[in-house]
Amino acid sequence: MRVAAQFLLLALASGASPAYADWQLNMPRGVTEISHAVFDLHMIIFWICVAIAVVVFGVMFWSIFHHRKSRGARAENFHENTLVEVIWTLVPFVILIGMAVPATATLVKMYDSSDAEVDIQVTGYQWKWRYQYLGEDIDFFSSLTTPREQINNEAPKDENYLLEVDNPLVIPAGKKVRFLVTAADVIHSWWVPAFAVKKDAIPGFINEAWTNVPEPGIYRGQCAELCGKDHGFMPIVVEVKPQAEYDQWLVDTRAAQAATAAAASQVLSMDELMAKGEQVYNTACAACHQTNGQGLGSVFPALKGSKIALGDIEAHIDIVVNGKAGTAMQAFKDQLSAVDLAAVITWERNAWGNNVGDKVDPATIQKLKEGTE
Amino acid sequence: MEPLKVKNRRLVGRLALSAALMFGFGFALVPLYDVFCEITGLNGKVTRNGPVSEMAIDEARSVRVQMIAVNNESMPWAFRADSSELVVHPGQDQLTSYHAFNPTGRWMVAQAIPSVSPSEAAQYLHKVNCFCFEQQPLQAQEGREMPLLFVIDPALPAHIQTITLSYTLFDITPAQRTAMNLQQATRRTTL
Amino acid sequence: MNTLTRTIEHTEQHGPAEGLSRWFFTTNHKDIGTLYLWFSFAMFLTGGCMALMIRAELFQPGLQLIEPGFFNQMTTMHGLIMVFGAVMPAFVGLANWMLPLMVGAPDMALPRMNNWSFWILPFAFAMMLSTLFMEGGGPNFGWTFYAPLSTTYAPPSVTFFIFAVHMMGISSIMGAINVVVTILNMRAPGMTMMKLPLFVWTWLITAFLLIAVMPVLAGVVTMMLMDIHFGTSFFNAAGGGDPVLFQHVFWFFGHPEVYIMILPAFGIVSEIIPTFARKRLFGYASMVYATASIAFLSFIVWAHHMFTVGIPLMGELFFMFATMLIAVPTGVKVFNWVATMFRGSMTFETPMLFALAFVVLFTIGGFSGLMLAIAPADFQYHDTYFVVAHFHYVLVPGAVFAIMAGVYYWLPKWTGHYYNETLGKVHFWISFIGVNLTFFPMHFIGLAGMPRRIPDYALQFADFNMVASVGAFIFGFSQLIFLVLVIKTIRGGDRAPAQVWEHPQGLEWTLPSPAPYHSFVEPPEVK
Repeated sequence: MRVAAQFLLLALASGASPAYADWQLNMPRGVTEISHAVFDLHMIIFWICVAIAVVVFGVMFWSIFHHRKSRGARAENFHENTLVEVIWTLVPFVILIGMAVPATATLVKMYDSSDAEVDIQVTGYQWKWRYQYLGEDIDFFSSLTTPREQINNEAPKDENYLLEVDNPLVIPAGKKVRFLVTAADVIHSWWVPAFAVKKDAIPGFINEAWTNVPEPGIYRGQCAELCGKDHGFMPIVVEVKPQAEYDQWLVDTRAAQAATAAAASQVLSMDELMAKGEQVYNTACAACHQTNGQGLGSVFPALKGSKIALGDIEAHIDIVVNGKAGTAMQAFKDQLSAVDLAAVITWERNAWGNNVGDKVDPATIQKLKEGTE
Repeated sequence: MEPLKVKNRRLVGRLALSAALMFGFGFALVPLYDVFCEITGLNGKVTRNGPVSEMAIDEARSVRVQMIAVNNESMPWAFRADSSELVVHPGQDQLTSYHAFNPTGRWMVAQAIPSVSPSEAAQYLHKVNCFCFEQQPLQAQEGREMPLLFVIDPALPAHIQTITLSYTLFDITPAQRTAMNLQQATRRTTL
Repeated sequence: MNTLTRTIEHTEQHGPAEGLSRWFFTTNHKDIGTLYLWFSFAMFLTGGCMALMIRAELFQPGLQLIEPGFFNQMTTMHGLIMVFGAVMPAFVGLANWMLPLMVGAPDMALPRMNNWSFWILPFAFAMMLSTLFMEGGGPNFGWTFYAPLSTTYAPPSVTFFIFAVHMMGISSIMGAINVVVTILNMRAPGMTMMKLPLFVWTWLITAFLLIAVMPVLAGVVTMMLMDIHFGTSFFNAAGGGDPVLFQHVFWFFGHPEVYIMILPAFGIVSEIIPTFARKRLFGYASMVYATASIAFLSFIVWAHHMFTVGIPLMGELFFMFATMLIAVPTGVKVFNWVATMFRGSMTFETPMLFALAFVVLFTIGGFSGLMLAIAPADFQYHDTYFVVAHFHYVLVPGAVFAIMAGVYYWLPKWTGHYYNETLGKVHFWISFIGVNLTFFPMHFIGLAGMPRRIPDYALQFADFNMVASVGAFIFGFSQLIFLVLVIKTIRGGDRAPAQVWEHPQGLEWTLPSPAPYHSFVEPPEVK
């Protein structure tokens, strides 16, 4: 009875949500030579397992149907047979060797990261990724952009729910790209299923992985190693562009980064800072301190009415820019621009009924970031 | 005393001893692991350090060495390699440096942790002298060149053409929390 | 063996003490076995409630019921409680009840230590569960507690977690020592090693595994404790340590640990299938050797849990080959079970149904295990729901079904009553459907790319997550049928004779049902 009711419920529930597509059963084949090789291995071993299962379960169910007491079966007396036992030890062994050969070949290929044309350093942070293009002077963070309202079921979920970021990693099509994977806090794991690349990001050490994507496109992945509270909220988005577009992107991004740095000298009005600050707060801070500034438990203290947000401005700037050792508070010096930092600190001092009234100039932050050298 | 009791007691003693030995073995895995890393270059750990004997310079071969600087989270120093990439001949002494600057208002100590990729190359990269051998203290607002003298073993396997050397900077300021809180407290009162 | 007889003559004859003190001070293997089994069932329900909380949150995309931080505490606690609180104590409980009966001994070799082994556990788990109510919450770093998430970045309650793990370790080691001494020293005259029932053999090998690896677990948590409180840097890169070292030491314990949870299950199934096929177990000797080789191989495959940490190519290949090799002895076991059924005369009482489901579903778990062993493919499977599906298949319809099969099989011997066969079959079929509905779709979501341990997921994983959640609730609530059935059987039911089943093999069936409080006071003669 209950089973039937549950099934009915299931049928209703799945019928009522047509937006959730697919019922996908298998691993995607991916888009690289390596991912195709991995997919083929996966399918070979799968079919081998199916074949063994058919034989073993076939004999088993045949016995269950025919050698049952209710059908008058009388038990035989045999209980060992050396020849049979040797055969069923050796045959699986031979099958395994057959399996090991292609697996080894693929693995060797995956480990060969030589002759890469683009080198990108990938650093895992709680809970975002940072991409630095070696020798290109490009450096940015990539964080989740799915709005809190969608996560909290207050707004309909978009197609790429939880798989969308502000700054995707951009790589050229048809070029060997090497990833140098590391982490700045706990262990993360950088995974893009379409490339069959998964490499742990370990604090203090670098790991290598590589890919060569022939087709331009947008590919999505996620962090694959438990890294704390928002482990499920640090996706990876890779945009593969044709070489020409990639070159243009490099130029544009460098220009944009220079513009951001230059913007540090501008003076913004209180309103401009507050508007920008709210936006920055919601992407960079709200995950822990919450949109309403109330914080979360003892690990992520409230900012509303807090001593730091209402107190000395220098101390407030210091904790946001440099972090606080031994706590979950990160240093945002590298993660946010001077303008963003100035805006978000201004926001924290004047939002949710925090009415300090002062504002922070980007120039002040810039000076701190660079030091007085 | 009954013989069975004696037998039991002896066996319990042996088993308890094996349990104790296995507890020790757990700790013995630590040095064993280091040896294992040294042999395989696991994680790009470089343990072979210090002066090395003169090596023949292989002029015919060039190896690209990339330098990476990583700041561990909560490490506010500005930290970068002075040259992000070098081309060197195996056997040739190469001097380069990293630069660190402490932008905070407090005295801090850092430790740089090296890592080499591909890990296979780790055992062929000899660091003759390295800032990572020692802890690096910096005063507030102080900056420093941190030299690195290394040489690549000519025995480096031929298929390795690029070596990446990364340094991760960790904040190891002693009695971190108390010192920092003190600093901040005094700063708050003086400002 | 004269000495054994004389020892036993000195044993005082008395029944159980009255009231609660019977359970606190008992040194009787049957009482202690019962305590272990009830404790394990309580933990099974506790861990199960946590699993249901996880599945309820994952019923639909979006955050509905619990915060991500609490979700992580639930996944961690669920894993720890099921591994250390439910599966392991259940096997120790079965061992306590059955080993002395099976080898013809009057009790376990070290009865007082036996009492202590059990009574440590409730305190260990009370301490571990109490961390959920502490400032900063309970352990939230997964049951594998990888450093530095479990050291530098752990909540303050981690110290209590470490102490709880130490206590569980001590309990397991003492239990294992007791098992080894009982089996090696207390066998009835004529009970040679190669006549031991397979449940005894598998437990002997398991006990050696426990003695070998529980101290390593104790070592690794001790290193964590030192890193957290005494300024050492075993796992902290800043001080010259290495977070990957943690994983090596942990999995050196962890891989044998998963065999600790499955070898006794092999033993139980090897007892049950011959009874209900009315035919001797096929290939007894090869079963013993296969078990021993699995145990040996379990020490040299640990790094297959770490294929993505960046192990050098040679290491990766070594661990891949060694892992694939495990399929050989495991295959031998499955073939032997099938050959035992072949040309038997089978009936399908509840224990047999659970044992058959074990053979099929454990084998499916074995197949996914073989797929996971292929390192390049593992890069896609690693840390996804495919892994979750794999280890739940070997642990739930594997270990847990075997435990249930064992309970149904021996329950008449323990209580003197037959259980209600209809209710037993209802329990089996609902569990069977629930388990498959829960865990089979996880293969699909894993292959589609859903990482494990996430509280919210992208839309393409929604359908099968919903199915899995429905299955989890069916499976979870069907265990209440089991509870009712066991209580009913204890309170009454058809009287069971000494043999219980048709011609079962083994010394336990020579004793009356229920087995007397003191059994084999005179050692039986084994031909």
